[in-house]
Amino acid sequence: MKHFMRFSKISKAFKEVPSQYVYQINPIKNFEPIKQFRVIDLEGNLIAKEYNNIPKETLNQIFDLMISIEEMDNILYMSQRQGKISFYMTSFGETATTVGTTAALQPQDFIFPQYREQGSFMWRGFTIEQIVNQCIGNHLDGGKGRQMPVHYGSKDLNIVTVSSPLTTQVPQASGAGYGFRVNGENKIAATWFGEGAASEGDFHSAMNFAQTLKCQTLFLCRNNHYAISTPTDDQFRGDTIAGKAPAYGMRTLKIDGNDLLAVYNGVKYAREEIIKNKEPFFIEFITYRIGDHSTSDHSVLYRSQEEIDSWKSGNNPINRLGLFLKKQGLRQFNDEHDNQIRKDVRNRVIAALKNGSEQQSPSIQDLFTDVYDEVLPHLQDQYTQLREHLTKYKDQYPINKFKGGL
Amino acid sequence: MINFLTFSENLPSNQEISKSQFFSPFIILIQAILSQNKLKLHKQLNKQMQLLRRVYQFGSTKHRFASDITSTNRQKMNLFQAINNALDIELGANPKALLFGEDVKFGGVFRCSQGLNEKYGTDRVFNTPLCEQGIGAFGIGLASVGYTAIAEIQFGDYIFPAFDQIVNEAAKFRYRSGNQFNCGSLTIRSTWGAVGHGALYHSQSPEAYFAHTPGLKVVVPRDPIQAKGLLLASIRDKNPVIFFEPKALYRNAEDEVPLDDYELELSKAEVVQQGKHITLIGYGTSIRVLKEASKLAEKDGVSCEIIDLQTIYPYDGQTLVDSVKKTGRCIITHEAPQTCGMGAELSAFIQEKCFLHLEAPIKRVAGYDTPFPLVHEPIYLPDKFKIYEAIKQSVNY
Repeated sequence: MKHFMRFSKISKAFKEVPSQYVYQINPIKNFEPIKQFRVIDLEGNLIAKEYNNIPKETLNQIFDLMISIEEMDNILYMSQRQGKISFYMTSFGETATTVGTTAALQPQDFIFPQYREQGSFMWRGFTIEQIVNQCIGNHLDGGKGRQMPVHYGSKDLNIVTVSSPLTTQVPQASGAGYGFRVNGENKIAATWFGEGAASEGDFHSAMNFAQTLKCQTLFLCRNNHYAISTPTDDQFRGDTIAGKAPAYGMRTLKIDGNDLLAVYNGVKYAREEIIKNKEPFFIEFITYRIGDHSTSDHSVLYRSQEEIDSWKSGNNPINRLGLFLKKQGLRQFNDEHDNQIRKDVRNRVIAALKNGSEQQSPSIQDLFTDVYDEVLPHLQDQYTQLREHLTKYKDQYPINKFKGGL
Repeated sequence: MINFLTFSENLPSNQEISKSQFFSPFIILIQAILSQNKLKLHKQLNKQMQLLRRVYQFGSTKHRFASDITSTNRQKMNLFQAINNALDIELGANPKALLFGEDVKFGGVFRCSQGLNEKYGTDRVFNTPLCEQGIGAFGIGLASVGYTAIAEIQFGDYIFPAFDQIVNEAAKFRYRSGNQFNCGSLTIRSTWGAVGHGALYHSQSPEAYFAHTPGLKVVVPRDPIQAKGLLLASIRDKNPVIFFEPKALYRNAEDEVPLDDYELELSKAEVVQQGKHITLIGYGTSIRVLKEASKLAEKDGVSCEIIDLQTIYPYDGQTLVDSVKKTGRCIITHEAPQTCGMGAELSAFIQEKCFLHLEAPIKRVAGYDTPFPLVHEPIYLPDKFKIYEAIKQSVNY
């Protein structure tokens, strides 16, 4: 009896490989590529009518934010060139993915970003001032001036702080999604990563863990065709990144990432599926990085201006959404109104830069806080040593730059 | 077979029970009588008595030294049973605690998680796929949203795929976010040290790699009583902790371990043997070796003070300094290779603080700078004779 009980316990978890056989060598050569889900075409004409279901107010808010981010990115890129901030990353051409996705999620969902998701942050309420203060690294930065620009984070908005190592956030989102499931929470862990980041080992471990352990995790791959200078042809083979997901046993969608309605509907569907089935979901957005990788990059060194322009004018998320709103009569377009929005954003960014640069840096103590939950004795000692040194050589260091000075 | 899963029927007298817990059996009794459901009465009463029978404390007792624990509520346990007991206590007291890793579900290759899946269910005690980088990251993710993640890495030799996650993510999570986020409720347990036949990949002591990473804590216990208290302290510490368990001691080390929920302070070293002439510093398995070496030295009239570092990083420098100022001589030992091992750090620290008190150079007796060998293990290890020889040289300097 005991042996029988043991056997039945083992065989419950034991999953035998199905006994299916072929008697000829016929290797699998090609997968049928997954098609991109699309609702509006390149001119903003509605094709998939049953997905025209987003409230007018939401669509207008999304459009306002997308053009605001474009303006903000422009100013902050230039401000780096002028030496006002040390570094910046724009998100030209990709805001339909970030804004649309975050609008379709719930505020309690945790987001584990990569680094190009100012759309996610700002949809949830991250302000221009918070962005600028982080880029400058003054004492108003929620991150206490510890990281390079664009490494935002917000506990209030449930967006985990950006970290430079790529893809590390992806398996962390698997862990968070597991916690949400076992605690029965109506929350998912949504994580962003690029098609380049998906080459890292962490991607594989994240996908395998999420499906095997049934995590409430939403994988959001933004395929913008370039990882710095590396085009997708040097990055992977097979059917982009989406083609890998079914192999993990995961539900998969490939979405036209420059089609805001497709993004919004796809993510809404995915989130419902995750909560209903308590299983992860994978989405790949196909989009294009119109701008440089960062202010340290000059992309015409590895791609043609014609290529950039063809996406900028031919398949631009802002243009496509704008045309859709116009054709459906969902937005009153007039130069004065739209220019005013852009002008307001410009002025606000410039004011934030001015105010931000007048602020002090976080205090000298903040070099040593938050390494642990408390400042431990050996760090106290080192802080004391630093104070003594700075006191002795005070003319050699910009001490008054730090809040509270010595 | 020792049944280490049941707890004492009698609660210790210093046990604190909440009023609701005390009265609940009587309330249930009254409710059941009123409903005239005898079966329900029996079941409910059983359940309540089980709850009361558990050694449940609101805030476990915290101690500097295990010798401070006065409880007589003890059971003979070896190291893996003590670890199992600690995990059982945490899983029982903290509904957000989760234990996971390779082969954890059936009880673990070293039996540390024996019985825990049956008791707490597969949502909380589970196998992960075979992927250390995933285990590390998964744990970080869980901890970042408030769960107590106890991740097991089967062998310290295989912790390296998780190195990026541990060093670049876990250690820096709080700092880089300006304290908006942290993964303090992450504990990574892994096995550690020579076992007699482990060779390159089942014997490593990787503590030095992690001791060089601000934001982490690294702990190595020397016996079952320390292991239980230090593990509970590590799990509850609000910082990510790597807890290395000496695998050679899983079955070999036995002690009368208190059954209570107790913690031993982190970042505190313990003087396990008082002495006058020389300070011997070690941790984990090497404490036994130091004790043997000191017996040899005793025959020569040399009185050795032995200190167990316990927390490798951040270490308790004060205890080390106090001792060396008293004795004037110091030897540090570890199995890990000599160059850039913990001995190097402790030597530098001690000579800086105690320079004028030293009567002889500080000596490290460590593994050679080779990968961990198989057939050469008996001559590779820093054994009692090598330490004895170093003591002699130091005393005769």
